[in-house]
Amino acid sequence: MSVESLFPRLEALLPKVQKPIQYVGGELNSTVKDWDEATVRWALMYPDAYEVGLPNQGVQILYEILNELPETLAERTYAVWPDLERLMRAEGVPQFTVDAHRPVRAFDVLGLSFSTELGYTNMLTALDLAGIPLSAADRGPDDPIVLAGGHAAFNPEPIADFVDAAVLGDGEQIAIAISEVIREWKAEGEPGGRDGVLLRLAETGGVYVPRFYDVEYLPDGRIKRVVPNRSGVPSRVFKHTVMDLDEWPYPKKPLVPLAETVHERFSVEIFRGCTRGCRFCQAGMITRPVRERSITTIGAMVDNGIRESGFSEVGLLSLSSADHSEIGEVAKGLADRYEGSNVSLSLPSTRVDAFNIDLANEFSRNGRRSGLTFAPEGGSERMRKVINKMVSEEDLIRTVTTAYSQGWRQVKLYFMCGLPTEEDVDVLGIADLARKVIQAGREATGSRDVRCTVSIGGFVPKPHTPFQWAAQADHETVDRRLRELRNTLRNDKQYGKAIGMRYHDGKPSIVEGLLSRGDRRVGKIIRAVWEDGGRFDGWSEHFSYDRWMTCAAKALDGEPVDVDWYTVREREEHEVLPWDHLDAGLDREWLWQDWQDAVNDVEVEDCRWTPCYDCGVCPTMGTEIQIGPTGRKLLPLTVVS
Amino acid sequence: MAQRLRVRYAKRGRLRFTSHRDISRAVERAVRRADIPVAFSAGFSPHPRISYAGAAPTGVASEAEYLEIAVTRPCRPQELRAALDASLPPGLDVLDVVEARAGSLADRLEGSLWEVRLPGADPAAAEGAVKEFMTAGEVAVERLTKKGMRNFDARGAVASLVSLTADQDDHVEGGPNQSCVILRMVVRHETPAVRPDDVLMGLRLVADFAPPSPPSVTRLAQGPLDASTGEPADPLEADRVGGDQ
Ligand code: B12
Ligand code: SF4
Repeated sequence: MSVESLFPRLEALLPKVQKPIQYVGGELNSTVKDWDEATVRWALMYPDAYEVGLPNQGVQILYEILNELPETLAERTYAVWPDLERLMRAEGVPQFTVDAHRPVRAFDVLGLSFSTELGYTNMLTALDLAGIPLSAADRGPDDPIVLAGGHAAFNPEPIADFVDAAVLGDGEQIAIAISEVIREWKAEGEPGGRDGVLLRLAETGGVYVPRFYDVEYLPDGRIKRVVPNRSGVPSRVFKHTVMDLDEWPYPKKPLVPLAETVHERFSVEIFRGCTRGCRFCQAGMITRPVRERSITTIGAMVDNGIRESGFSEVGLLSLSSADHSEIGEVAKGLADRYEGSNVSLSLPSTRVDAFNIDLANEFSRNGRRSGLTFAPEGGSERMRKVINKMVSEEDLIRTVTTAYSQGWRQVKLYFMCGLPTEEDVDVLGIADLARKVIQAGREATGSRDVRCTVSIGGFVPKPHTPFQWAAQADHETVDRRLRELRNTLRNDKQYGKAIGMRYHDGKPSIVEGLLSRGDRRVGKIIRAVWEDGGRFDGWSEHFSYDRWMTCAAKALDGEPVDVDWYTVREREEHEVLPWDHLDAGLDREWLWQDWQDAVNDVEVEDCRWTPCYDCGVCPTMGTEIQIGPTGRKLLPLTVVS
Repeated sequence: MAQRLRVRYAKRGRLRFTSHRDISRAVERAVRRADIPVAFSAGFSPHPRISYAGAAPTGVASEAEYLEIAVTRPCRPQELRAALDASLPPGLDVLDVVEARAGSLADRLEGSLWEVRLPGADPAAAEGAVKEFMTAGEVAVERLTKKGMRNFDARGAVASLVSLTADQDDHVEGGPNQSCVILRMVVRHETPAVRPDDVLMGLRLVADFAPPSPPSVTRLAQGPLDASTGEPADPLEADRVGGDQ
């Protein structure tokens, strides 16, 4: 059965919408395979606007890997803006892929990449526009398997009603494995129908099918237990870890959009995982252990990526890029290679030490020395112990002094507000730090031309972290502390003018908290918000806190729980958490101990440089730390003329 | 600077939805991918020396867009054409490259030949509206610009306008066996610029002519207006004269 392109029908709508180019596809390095020659067809979705979704590496990697399989094809789809959504509804044009403009419902799998929970309502829009029933339970043989991945999929319970399956962790190998399972099932004549294939996937232990698990609740609203409701389904589902990143040098053919996007550069992940142990960081906890790409693979990927894409900027990505065992050599090697070539390099690193400045100096060889960013995250020494961000005030002042004296004029400092055990003084400590930074800068440079910006995000406790048991701060408290901080900075005659402050109000964090640590009952809220018109919750101009709260009150009516119960309530040690049956490898007892250590200001080291402290990941997952140094160097590229 | 090259390229099919900024980003990347030794401007943030003349609006296809690239070492126009074309996404297609000689390219672009396809429109009504429009001395239209609503004459710049009928091409909605009116017009480049949609608006104002579905517009040519044919001639001809291609 061939599938017709929706483009002619879409084309008629495009002159009436904003930025039509985002819907036409045709990006450089995009792939359109023959529909009839493929057996397994994936639609991959980043559930946000094209300009945010296109650059996403996760989707680009899976797209490329799946399209390399002979019997598999993959296309991409993104959230359409409300102007096009209205026209599509009026004209009956369904959700389409941008590659060949095929209807999403015609695919076998709709794979969604959730790097944030704020994409949930956009998923519902896409399903509805595609003509796919919102509830997984209502889907039939003609509907794709709706599969969630990405960091938010480590607790897919709030979207359990809407997805057929979820995958935890690295997607490269499991996507191929899923494709193979579906191919075999189809070749055998689709035995057992939809449940048949889902069961095959669930039995592997690497794919979570929410419908195969029942959640039982206690009268007070807590979860009693989560149990498989059919045989063959394992009681725990494990995350996936790619062990040799050098063997997976993707993206090899980076997508180059015509439309303008938020991230106009070629990025190379220089390693995955992070064991610094920042207690607030879900990404650090769920991506363990550290697995580096070697300096030679990085060099080859950068070279290939620039040639394939024509991007002039290269980013070296990871959770803490300055921690790569050979980052000094990488930085120098790349800076030498591209000296004078109009290719600029960036290293998003926020480490607070002089070495980081050396790196920044190396990377700015070709360009400007604008601003340096450091992330102490906590405003006071005590707060930083609680979150395990091992930076002393002395370190910070020493580091920024070096930066200012080497010609950097602008320093940006990242903090969080609303952290566990936080008090007013901890947040006001941010002002003290900023003042000391400016003071040091003025002394070091003998000039008043130094600036510092403090950027403050609201803390949201996340699953699979030591803070998963913590009470989230209510938004009134967060807003009050931020207000006081702002006033303190404003009233500072001596330094105030040199200090900028950027922050958001605390309300969106509450919704994020609800979605992060929610259980299946939260799905009703998501649906109600979507039905009420909720879209693009990651965009402040579309987000409505009041809508979320009103819908939550209605959806949870009659339940013993409410939004506060999900957010500002501290959990006790043995409460069954909604994601306890989903295994990121972290030992629950270790996490609890780390939470206790946090409250007692006890720090923990990084297992790359100190003995393993048994977080549980490596033995559970059969993984190990993979780091250099390799001792190799980057040679100059031979000039091709 | 070693050399300047003038490039004619097309913006086809779905890529007609690219904006001018989209195209300039795509060209800069293609130049890099193709290893073209483009010259860079001096200064704090150097940018490649590529300039564009008379770009067609977003949503309008074109067979005749022009840009000029400065390179630091001499390039063979035909090699550059092939390399640049291979590096641009399909739909942005390089048609012609010549080495720039004297004069400014922009100055040679005196007018454009546009084709406007109006699927499902009534040929007789179109015919009548065109006649009405062409006999009017002035047709005041308005368009929303960045500076707000602007009022201007859409008639004066129109050197010629004819309406033809063709068979519907079958991929357009409405299906086959339906008439398709094609307007061909030569419009002089004046300020404020008059675009085909302004002329369409004019047709509606003078004769209440409103096509049933969105028009599809293509620029077929732009260049110096040839007195004998009344149509734009090849603006790169002046560079070709005496040149060894
Ligand atoms: C580059 C980047 C950005 C860029 C580009 C975003 C983009 N469009 O991709 C920008 C600057 C725009 C950005 C914005 C934000 N970011 Co950001 N970002 C990153 C960064 C540095 C790299 C992301 C990346 O490319 N990773 C590599 C890819 C390959 O990994 P991946 O996407 O997770 O995909 C893999 C798997 O998850 C899986 N997978 C993913 N999807 C799917 C789907 C299926 C079906 C399957 C089977 C598998 C699968 O397979 C992939 C390959 O293994 C990370 C930090 C990091 N190093 O990860 C933070 C990070 C992802 N961002 C984060 C945050 C919080 C944000 C913002 C919400 C910030 C804000 N408050 O505005 C926004 C959200 C934007 C949005 N609406 O989506 C957090 C996420 C927190 C968490 N849950 O752990 C991170 C982890 C940083 C951190 N330490 O806090 N970000
Ligand atoms: S198990 Fe040990 S070595 Fe592996 S990530 Fe955890 S602490 Fe580090």
